[in-house]
Amino acid sequence: MSGVSNPLIEADSAPIPDAAISIWRQRLSRLLANRAALGGGIVLFLLVIFSLSAPLVEWLLQIDADRADLFLRYQPPSNEHPLGTDEAGRDVLARLMYGGRVSLSVGVIAAIASAFIGTIVGVMAGYFGGRVDRILMRITDGVIALPLLPLLIVAAAVDLTKLGIDPEIAQSGAASFWRMVVLISLVLWTTVARLVRASTLAVIGREYVLAAKIQGASAFHIMTRHILPNAVSPLIVACTLAVGQIILFESVLSFLGLGIMPPAASWGNMLTNAQELIYQAPLLAICPGLLIFATVISVNFLGDGLQDAFDPKSG
Amino acid sequence: MANYVAQRLFESLCVLLVMSFIIYFLIGLMQGDPIDAMLASNPGFTAEDATRLRALYGLDQPLSQRYWNWLRAALTLDFGYSRTHQVPVFDVLLPALGHTLKLMAFAFTLASGLAITLGVFAALNQGRWVETVINFIAFAGISVPSFWFALMLIILFAVKLGWLPASGMETIGAPASFFDSLRYMVMPVATLAIAYNGSLTRYTRASMIETLRMDYIRTARAKGLGPRAVVWRHAMRNALIPVVTVMALSFGGLMSGALITETMFAQRGMGKLIFDSIIGNDFNVALVALLFATLVTLMANLAADLLYAWLDPRISLK
Repeated sequence: MSGVSNPLIEADSAPIPDAAISIWRQRLSRLLANRAALGGGIVLFLLVIFSLSAPLVEWLLQIDADRADLFLRYQPPSNEHPLGTDEAGRDVLARLMYGGRVSLSVGVIAAIASAFIGTIVGVMAGYFGGRVDRILMRITDGVIALPLLPLLIVAAAVDLTKLGIDPEIAQSGAASFWRMVVLISLVLWTTVARLVRASTLAVIGREYVLAAKIQGASAFHIMTRHILPNAVSPLIVACTLAVGQIILFESVLSFLGLGIMPPAASWGNMLTNAQELIYQAPLLAICPGLLIFATVISVNFLGDGLQDAFDPKSG
Repeated sequence: MANYVAQRLFESLCVLLVMSFIIYFLIGLMQGDPIDAMLASNPGFTAEDATRLRALYGLDQPLSQRYWNWLRAALTLDFGYSRTHQVPVFDVLLPALGHTLKLMAFAFTLASGLAITLGVFAALNQGRWVETVINFIAFAGISVPSFWFALMLIILFAVKLGWLPASGMETIGAPASFFDSLRYMVMPVATLAIAYNGSLTRYTRASMIETLRMDYIRTARAKGLGPRAVVWRHAMRNALIPVVTVMALSFGGLMSGALITETMFAQRGMGKLIFDSIIGNDFNVALVALLFATLVTLMANLAADLLYAWLDPRISLK
């Protein structure tokens, strides 16, 4: 047995930061070994590059993604318009790129925002327990039971000017973007809330938490320093998977004319007229949907891979 | 048990009450009101007419007062009239509900049957290409935007191949027949089923893999049972318990799916009714239809929990 050191002793004597790095390194190598997750990550990276290069393509082709030209409707693919033009004579490729920015940023921002709400609800319920827990979990159950899509449609149809918001702002493109983010994060925080509550309950009785309490640490300090670090890996997985779900919600709402408002492009609103277009220009109906599909399936493969990488026993 | 059910029913009522309040206010905040719609369709109306009509329908009262009036009427089961259809709300709602339930039942049966088969095969072929293919199908189902999938089906089967009608519920002018309406159901059912098949397949696979690791499965194998008996008779029963729960839970989600499917294929169901009534300012219908959708979801959740306790003797309901 000489030459082989005892792993227990080695782990004990190693400085803690190294141990922390090594578990993340292990997770990374497990993730990279997962072909579906790796493929998903690469596709997502390419999609981000694709969306970011929109102004570059506009400049190269000397076009403007939002400028309508009714003399150039339904142009077939050409040098000037690599994917042709849409029903208002706008360049399809440039609009797909700008649409990607909207879909991806709604997905990421709303996922983070809903994780934030869910984390607060979950850690409060788990930490304080008792009546706080009962009330918060009842609310969570209630939100889970809601038919999300119909509810989002009603909420998205709300006229912001009736809430006292300046009409100028209420009708701007930014308002429709942030409205999407707010609405979606208000209904999608429940998964994270349950996960964080479970992680909190798993460690709340541990000695190190009790020790911190006895030393007089504040509830906030205990939650952020001792409890939430345990919830990081399920949180990352849940957030990743949420991005896919949110992109689907955004696209269907925009498709129905209640999400991102034209002239701003989103993959969903590019399909709004698609049902009439399938006879004249099927390409216009195919491309945006294909991009939504590619994005969401990549996100899901990546999320699934992350789950396996964090918890090799699962799946 | 009875206590538990009573408590859950009471909680469901509370959720419905809160929902009715929220939806009523959201609808009140939507653009325009029914009088605006009347004005738009009738140029002879003057501003005084509009004021008089608003007073007549009580639309000049504050929102909270209007909600209170609605609630009091609703408690006597008076849900008002549909503005677009000029009939009591339930006369519009019930036929639409019938259609949607039919759609949901078909899609549910198809999706669960497929999911259980695929999930079990994936679990039995871990690490082989069969599992990779099934996994991809499942992930594709979860990830595809269903409105776009519907479009693709229409392009392929209605436009290119001409096999199936693109939209509607029956051939206009043709004598009503079961076969005819079935042709109109194929694409909507496929669209709705594909979305639910994905997550159910993943659940079945995970649950089956876990069950196959159990000791009693090893015992069954050790006593010489064939692989078919072990899987389909011994493992299946336990593996399906969580799957059945997920099925019941996702039944409520089918409502959201039906909204997209029916809108895409122009079918007069609950989903399309909800969408049209929200867009068309038909408040009474929108409100009741949304509450109905919530009720279906709540009942599906309750059924899921009861089913779980009934199937798994280790679970007891407090």
